[in-house]
Amino acid sequence: MVKYISKRLLYMVLSLFLIITATFFLMRIAPGNPFTSEKKLPPEIEASLNAHYGLNKPWYAQYGDYLVRIAQWDFGPSFKYESRTVNDLINDGFPVSLALGAEAILFAVAIGILLGVIAALRHNKWQDYTAMIIAVFGISVPSFIMATFLQYIFAIKLGLLPVARWDNFSNTILPALALGATPMAFIARLTRSSMLEVLSNDYIKTAKAKGLSRGAMIMKHTIRNALMPVVSYMGPLSAGIITGSFVIEKIFGIPGLGSHFVLSISNRDYTVIMGVTVFYSILLLVSILLVDIAYGLIDPRIKLAGGKKGE
Amino acid sequence: MEQIAKEKFQVVGAKASDAEKISKPSLSFWKDVRIRFRKNKLAMFGIIILILLIIMAIFGPYMTKFDYATNDLMNTNKEPSGTHWFGTDDLGRDMFARTWQGARISLLIGVMAALIDFVIGVTWGGIAGFKGGRVDEFMMRIADILYGVPYLLLVILFMVVLGANLTTMILAMTITGWINMARIVRGEVLSLKNQEYVLAAKTLGASVTRIMARHLIPNAMGSILVTMTLTIPNAIFTEAFLSFLGLGLTPPLASWGTMANDGLAAIQYYPWRLFFPAVLIALTIFAFNVIGDGLRDALDPRLRNKE
Repeated sequence: MVKYISKRLLYMVLSLFLIITATFFLMRIAPGNPFTSEKKLPPEIEASLNAHYGLNKPWYAQYGDYLVRIAQWDFGPSFKYESRTVNDLINDGFPVSLALGAEAILFAVAIGILLGVIAALRHNKWQDYTAMIIAVFGISVPSFIMATFLQYIFAIKLGLLPVARWDNFSNTILPALALGATPMAFIARLTRSSMLEVLSNDYIKTAKAKGLSRGAMIMKHTIRNALMPVVSYMGPLSAGIITGSFVIEKIFGIPGLGSHFVLSISNRDYTVIMGVTVFYSILLLVSILLVDIAYGLIDPRIKLAGGKKGE
Repeated sequence: MEQIAKEKFQVVGAKASDAEKISKPSLSFWKDVRIRFRKNKLAMFGIIILILLIIMAIFGPYMTKFDYATNDLMNTNKEPSGTHWFGTDDLGRDMFARTWQGARISLLIGVMAALIDFVIGVTWGGIAGFKGGRVDEFMMRIADILYGVPYLLLVILFMVVLGANLTTMILAMTITGWINMARIVRGEVLSLKNQEYVLAAKTLGASVTRIMARHLIPNAMGSILVTMTLTIPNAIFTEAFLSFLGLGLTPPLASWGTMANDGLAAIQYYPWRLFFPAVLIALTIFAFNVIGDGLRDALDPRLRNKE
């Protein structure tokens, strides 16, 4: 277990190192320097700005500084908005994004499992078909289109829910639905197929034979085993929620980290793009690692020590 | 237990001569796959949608007298009508022509991304699997590290830096996109390379390239095809996503993503401008997904019975 985790940690650090290096060098070859704007700066001011941000040092020194700063959890300044750092943006926006993401995940997991279980228990009946049509719909419609249609129908046409902003619970419903729709569909499909697989096992027959009630059989013997693939999907799920949040936050005008990120992309605010990318990468890699460890802990069939899964 | 009298049994007739008779003509693997695939109604529906889309992508732009890039400022934001079948956009460009021109680009991006993934992934995975040992260990560790890099974030980064055009977009998508393919091919090659026919080929003096091309890749083609079919909708989705972030293709070039993004801004007043590209994106992703699922089921009937 310890060996497995340390091995995974090593890969995580290497991946992270790769993305930090890639962002650093990509930003260096990006056109223009951070202070390029409509107004031409006097050379003295530009020189002093460069000195302030350490841009007059050779690239390897800058690179070294950058690595050290990341290690100290400092993601650097914003070049477009003076006196705002990427850390400010993260502290400011991430709690909002986290709240939205958590609500979306909750929705996706709860409804996805429910649909999947119903579909499997009513295999090849209308409930199964309905659930799978919903799932196919959720997978095929990109989240930004889903968000816009939800906004158009429920907020603009019917006026049931607020169009945008982020004040109270009613503001969160539409964004969470739009953000959670695609993962919900994936979870429903996963749950359904693994439920069907579990239901065909001999121990289910045994449970039936010994006269266990249907409810007890489903709760005790089926769902727990059927949910293993869903747990392993939590890693990709968090990636989907993060990238999805860029789009959803922009559409619904939510002041989260995602919308800050999108804004920095359209402003070409390179340091913010760089810092937020690195932050998201850390977040993602850590959550994927946690999911994998959790998976190993719940499922005794997986031997973590070997380290090589599925071979 | 109840005793059953012997008279109750009777011979229903099993002649020795019939035992060896072949009741069905023998089928090759791919024929079998085709038959199973055709039985899958949803997948066939996906194929029909896809064929229609391809036909429209080829001929659609010629079906109307309007050009996809010509502005007509007298006729902006027109509703769908007899002249402009899908309406016009904010610069008066014909949406019908743009939609099918966009289909070409969106499909091109999807297919190119899948093809490049295929070439790199098969080469990388094939070599790693076939060589084995240290080479395999080294190559797959590189893949593992790259695999950890978040796909969309990297794509965004590349698009920001390199600027948005067709080439950079496809390039950015394939930078880490090939890894999935490489892993799958490696797995297949690992399990196939110890088969007797590979040994026979080796004994006959076939080169590594020949063994790969003639024996290993064709046998791994099933999983490769499924992966490719599922890469295409992913690429189309990524293109739409990038367009939404303002990292899409520059006008007058149209893709479904850029059209949907333009339409989003105007949804309150001109909903059809979002409707057509959005429905087409969804239909295409749907079609490729059901075809991919259908292929997977047809290739591995064991999985199908479970579902």
